[in-house]
Amino acid sequence: MRNFEVTFIVDPVLSNDEIKETAQTYVKSITEIGGNIVFINEMGLRQLAYNIAKRSSGIYYCIEFQLEDPSFIAVMELALTRDERVLRYLTIQLDKFGIKYNDDKRKGLIGKRKKPGTDAVPPADGVAPKSENVDSAN
Amino acid sequence: MANKDDIKFLSNPKIGQNRKKYCRFRRFGIKHIDYKDADFLLQFINEQGKILPRRITGNSLKYQRKVASAIKRARQLALLPYVADLLK
Repeated sequence: MRNFEVTFIVDPVLSNDEIKETAQTYVKSITEIGGNIVFINEMGLRQLAYNIAKRSSGIYYCIEFQLEDPSFIAVMELALTRDERVLRYLTIQLDKFGIKYNDDKRKGLIGKRKKPGTDAVPPADGVAPKSENVDSAN
Repeated sequence: MANKDDIKFLSNPKIGQNRKKYCRFRRFGIKHIDYKDADFLLQFINEQGKILPRRITGNSLKYQRKVASAIKRARQLALLPYVADLLK
């Protein structure tokens, strides 16, 4: 059993129903093959950093799932490439740290854990890095 | 009588003091770098969108590689630009 994560950008010109349907088709195809959906993250409408297919924004979806047979990934990627509603996709295999990270993020732990990382700049030229260390140890 | 706060230096006394760099991932125990978190990755690229070298960020080699691959993934998904001007 391996954990995978596929992120794709759906064309924002489509109607709300069509967008949801697009995501649903891939969720369905994963469950049909015997995969186990862990989480569906609707990241929503975002500005793209550069234009893709003359679109400057897109709707991001991220599906985390477990699969027994990884050969299905190639089938899914082919379907995503052929799908005109999808602007771009990226599939990655999660290692054990990635699984834990996503798990913690869903529980809301990452916000706290991420802070030492994002605040790491102030202690570099600031005063007290010691108190930060205590937070990150938890 | 001059207070300690009243003493003023002509030049900044902190200039020339080298603070030791460290790898924030090792220090804070961050094991996984999320490519979807563009705001976090913004710390590791310069204004033009280029990946900062290890000698500036202080990352250990292991985590510099992970940062680099996370930035490259973010670029593919248009979360970060390949080329930019005045990104920050």
